Amino acid sequence: MAQVIRSPKAYDVCIIGSGAGGGMAAKNLAEGGLNCVLLEAGPNVNPEKDFKMWTWPYELPHRGAGVGGRARENFSEFLAPNGAWEIDGEPYTSAPGANFQWFRSRIVGGRTNHWGRIALRFAPIDFKSGTRDGLGDDWPITYEDLAPYYDKVESYIGVFGTKENVSSAPDGIFLPPPKPRCNELMVKKACDKLGIICIPSRLAILTRSINGRLPCHYCGQCGRGCVTASNFSSSQVLLPPAMKTGKLTLITGAMAREIIVSKDGKAEGVSYIDKAARSEKRINARAIVVAASACESARLLLNSKSSAFPNGIANSSGTVGRYLTDSVGSDGWGRFPQLEKMPPHNHDGVGGMHVYIPWWKFDRKNEFPRGYHIEIWGGRHMPGVGMFDGLCYDEEGYGAKLKQRARQVYGTTIGFSGRGEMLPNPDTYCEIDPDVVDQWGIPVLRFHFRFTDYELLQAKDMQQTFRSIVETMGGEYLAKTSIHGQYPFGIQEGGKIIHEVGTARMGADPKTSVLNGYCQAHDVKNLFVTDGASLVTNPDKNPTLTILALSWRASEYLLDEAKKGNL
Amino acid sequence: MAREGISRRDVLRTLAAGAAGGSVLQVIPAAAAEYVHQMVHKEKAAASAGKYTPKYFSAAQYATLIALCDTIIPKDEKSGGAVEAGAPEFIDLLTSENEKYQLRLGGGLFWLDSLCTDRYGKVFLECTPEQRTIVLDAIAYRENAKQDSSLRQGVAFFSFLRRLTCDGFYTSKIGIADLQYIGNATLSEFPGCPPLPES
Repeated sequence: MAQVIRSPKAYDVCIIGSGAGGGMAAKNLAEGGLNCVLLEAGPNVNPEKDFKMWTWPYELPHRGAGVGGRARENFSEFLAPNGAWEIDGEPYTSAPGANFQWFRSRIVGGRTNHWGRIALRFAPIDFKSGTRDGLGDDWPITYEDLAPYYDKVESYIGVFGTKENVSSAPDGIFLPPPKPRCNELMVKKACDKLGIICIPSRLAILTRSINGRLPCHYCGQCGRGCVTASNFSSSQVLLPPAMKTGKLTLITGAMAREIIVSKDGKAEGVSYIDKAARSEKRINARAIVVAASACESARLLLNSKSSAFPNGIANSSGTVGRYLTDSVGSDGWGRFPQLEKMPPHNHDGVGGMHVYIPWWKFDRKNEFPRGYHIEIWGGRHMPGVGMFDGLCYDEEGYGAKLKQRARQVYGTTIGFSGRGEMLPNPDTYCEIDPDVVDQWGIPVLRFHFRFTDYELLQAKDMQQTFRSIVETMGGEYLAKTSIHGQYPFGIQEGGKIIHEVGTARMGADPKTSVLNGYCQAHDVKNLFVTDGASLVTNPDKNPTLTILALSWRASEYLLDEAKKGNL
Repeated sequence: MAREGISRRDVLRTLAAGAAGGSVLQVIPAAAAEYVHQMVHKEKAAASAGKYTPKYFSAAQYATLIALCDTIIPKDEKSGGAVEAGAPEFIDLLTSENEKYQLRLGGGLFWLDSLCTDRYGKVFLECTPEQRTIVLDAIAYRENAKQDSSLRQGVAFFSFLRRLTCDGFYTSKIGIADLQYIGNATLSEFPGCPPLPES
C-alpha cells in the first residue's frame, strides 16, 4: 500500500471545488485574511489557449463534432466545461427505472466556464413556497436576508437587465441590456398580444466595462469561455483576485475522497487523490468548505464515514443525497417562412437570449404548483454540426433541392425552452452505490429519479404556451410531443438541464436538514457546503446567482466566526 | 506589416494588462481583439495542406463516399459542393474513431454495392448515372422502406450519411458562406435587428 502523504502545513480553510460556490468562498476568505487551499479535481484553465472563442468549425478537424462524433450527441467540442454527462473512469449508476444524467465539469472554474450566464434572483415567495401551497418546506432564510448579497454579487460580476417590477422575478442591479434580435422582437410582439410578460433577459455578461473587465464584443460564444473575461466565470473573475492576496493555494488534479474527522467530532482535514501522482494525500485545515457541485458534495459527505458519523459526515438527519431536484425542461420550436425574406445580418449578440419570459401566471390558479420561465433561441447563428438534422428528416431526398431548402430555412427557426420548478419527492435522491468504485477507488453515486404529475403538467403547459406563441407569430409549430413515450410533453431526463440541487439542504430543523441558513453543517460547525446542495427549493430561476449570493453570505459568516474563535 | 512580429500571445497579454489598468479599455479591445481574430485565421490556414489519405475506408469505398457526398450536396451556380467542402475527409475521420459509424457507414457502403450488384451486376460506382439515380431515389425516402422492407437498411444508411454530409458541408468555409452567415466578429455595440419584413 502506498502511504498517505500528509501536508505539513495546516491551512485555515480547505475549499473543495472551484466553481461558483467554491470560487466565491475562496475570494472572500482569502481577501478576509485566511490562509486557504483550494482543491480542484480538474486541470487549470488557460483561457487564451483552452477557450475556442472565434474559432470557425472548419478550423477544427472534427468541426465541433468531437472525436468519433461523440460531441455531436453529448456536448459540442467548442464548449468549455472539460466534462459532460459521461467522464471516462468516473462512472455513476442509476437505479432500475431511473435515468439520471449527471453533468460534471473537471476544470478550474467548473461549470462557470461554459454556463448560460442566466442570472435570476429567487423571488421572496420562493423562500416561503411551502407555506404558500403546502408542498415541501420553506427556507430558513428570507429574501430580505439574501437581497444584500444579490446586490453585492450583481455589482461585482456584472449582470445586464432592466427594472420591470415583476413579482416572480425581482429586479437587481443591472447594466443596460443589448438590443433585441429579430426573432426576439417577433416573440415579444406575440407575447404582448397574448398577455405574456416578455422582458430583457438577465445575463452575467458585461455590456459596459466594470471592475477592469472588458465589455462584451458580441461574438455570441459565451459557452466556449470568454478570452476577454467579458462574461462571468469563477476562473476569471473570482479566482484571480483571490490568488492576488497571496493567501490562496490552488491544487489542481485533486479529487477529494473523504473529510477526516477529529476525536472531538470536528472536520480536521481532507484526504484527496493526487491524480497525476496516482497517490493519496491529506491536507489539514481548521474549517472545510465543500463546493464540489451538489451531487459530488453529497457523495463526499456520504463517503466520509467515521465512528462519530457512521452514515457520513453531517448526515445525522439522513437527508444527505435526498431532496434532489433538477429543473423541469421541455423545448419547442417553430418555423417562420416570413424570416426567409430577412436580409443576412449579424445576429450573434451575446451568448444567450436578449429577451425572456419570466413566470407570468403567478397570480392565477394553475393546473400545477410553482412555475417556469421561457428562454428564446434560434435565428441566424453560426452554422454547426447537427444544424440541419431536422431539415434532413423533414425534407429527405438529396441534391440541388436539399441545398436550396437549407438556404431557405437557415435562420427561420425560433425555439423556446421552458425551465420550471421541480418539487422534491421521496423517490428522487442519490446514494452511494455499494458495488461500484471509480478509477480512484472512490465509491460512486447511484441515482434514483422520477418526475411526478406536478412536473408533467408543467411540461404540458409549456408545450401549450410555445404553440400559442408560435401560432400567434404566424409560424408553424414543429415540436411533436404527447403524454406517451420516454419524454412525455418533451420533458427531458433528470440532470439534463444541469440544475441539480438540494442534496445537503439548509433548514431550521437539524432533524430534516443538513445545514443552517449560513450553509454551516448542523452537526459539524467547522464544515460548510456552499454549492447548489444547500438549496431548499429549485425555483424557475437558474441556481448560479443564488449559489454565489449564498456562498458570499456563508463566507462572511465563516470569517466572522473565525475571528471570534468559534470554529 | 508593422504588426507582423507581434504574436497572438503578446496581444492577449496586452489585452489582459489593459483590463487590469482600466484606462485604455475603450480604445484597445476592439482593435486588438480583431487583430487576434485575424491572426488565428492565418495560423489555422497555414496548418492545412496536402492530399488526404483515408484513415478508415478502403480506396474503393472512399471513392463511393465521395460520389455520394457529391450527389447529396452538389456544386451549383452559387457555391461549391460537399466534396470541395471537405465532407468526405470529415466523415472518414469520425468513422475511423467510432465503431458505430463504422457499422453504419462502412456496412452501408457494402450494402449499397451489393444492392447494385444484385440489380445491375456491378457496384454503385460502375453503374450508369440513370441506375445510380434509381437506387438513390429508392433509399432517400422513408416512405419507400414502408412499401419495400428490403430497403430499410439502405434508408437508414442514407439518412445517416445525409446528416453527416450536411454537417461537413455547412461547417466548411464554403457552406457557411453559402448560408450567408455574418458574424463571429467583434462589435462595440450589438446593432439589433434590421427592419423586419412584413409578415
